[in-house]
Amino acid sequence: MSRRRPSTRTVLLAGLAVTVVLAGVVSFYASGHPDGLEYVAHSLGFGDSAGPHVSDNSPLSGYGVKGVHNARLSGGLAGIIGVLLVGALATALLYAVRRRAPRD
Amino acid sequence: MHVPDGFLTAQTSLATAAVAAVGVGIALRGARRELDDRTAPLAGLVAVFVFAAQMLNFPVGAGTSGHLLGGALAAVLVGPFTATLCISVVLLVQAIAFADGGLTALGTNVTLMALVGVWVGYGMFRVARAVLPKRTASVPIAAAFGAALSVPAAAATFALLFAAGGAVPIATGKLLTAMVGWHVLIGLGEAAITFLAVGAIVATRPDLVYGAQDLRPDHADLEIRDGVVV
Repeated sequence: MSRRRPSTRTVLLAGLAVTVVLAGVVSFYASGHPDGLEYVAHSLGFGDSAGPHVSDNSPLSGYGVKGVHNARLSGGLAGIIGVLLVGALATALLYAVRRRAPRD
Repeated sequence: MHVPDGFLTAQTSLATAAVAAVGVGIALRGARRELDDRTAPLAGLVAVFVFAAQMLNFPVGAGTSGHLLGGALAAVLVGPFTATLCISVVLLVQAIAFADGGLTALGTNVTLMALVGVWVGYGMFRVARAVLPKRTASVPIAAAFGAALSVPAAAATFALLFAAGGAVPIATGKLLTAMVGWHVLIGLGEAAITFLAVGAIVATRPDLVYGAQDLRPDHADLEIRDGVVV
């Protein structure tokens, strides 16, 4: 190999580090404006047809941890918990679906 | 882009749920060909990265924001079937745990982001790859092109679904214009993030990138053993 390339493990750990920083820290600085769909819905007058969400009482609803009052901490924790939830579910699903390496 | 409960009628939501179920079913079969012990961990990383990136709304002007949908990004990195599964998992967790995107609208959101977003993004990536030079440097550019088009495509699909079965009557032309107009702008953000993320992996480990598989960047490293490239 002409140039040393980082191992797959290094790439995965670096990617995970970036992900945790984005979800746990950078997310605090995300724009609070309505997204494209919400904006269009309100400007064209169908925004109010959105019903209440079944999960509105979820301890993580609205990307904050219920009971944690510091906004930065609450949002950051919610982001990291979300990463763990998505990671656990995705990993379980993807490993169940994958081709197994032949054992020989 | 996360559709809440109540925007579409129950019948429309049932129809999109059926479409989503069939799409995810096909993806479960197709992903078997894309996933092995080497690529499955990267696919898991793509899922958590998309979740994190979807939290990061960026302003697109006039009091509006947008965030990454991640369909093209995921499809280029780990393959379109696997990408459909990754985005679907993100949407499921967002709907159940974070109250982001309605539960009855889950089928709609999977259809918009995990099917239309992924497959339009991947299709346009393939089109761009066919036109651009066969080099690894083309991969992030083609991915950005696919990303840019995937967002207005998903937005247009929402407008058409709303025309077919929205909660209230809205002039379809007006809705389509507004949705596509804003999402062309959001698509530029999508393209930039996709370019950076795909570019970072292509620059370090192009062999891990599904959409660069045919480029064999490590040709010099390959050996011929018993007439088989290993």
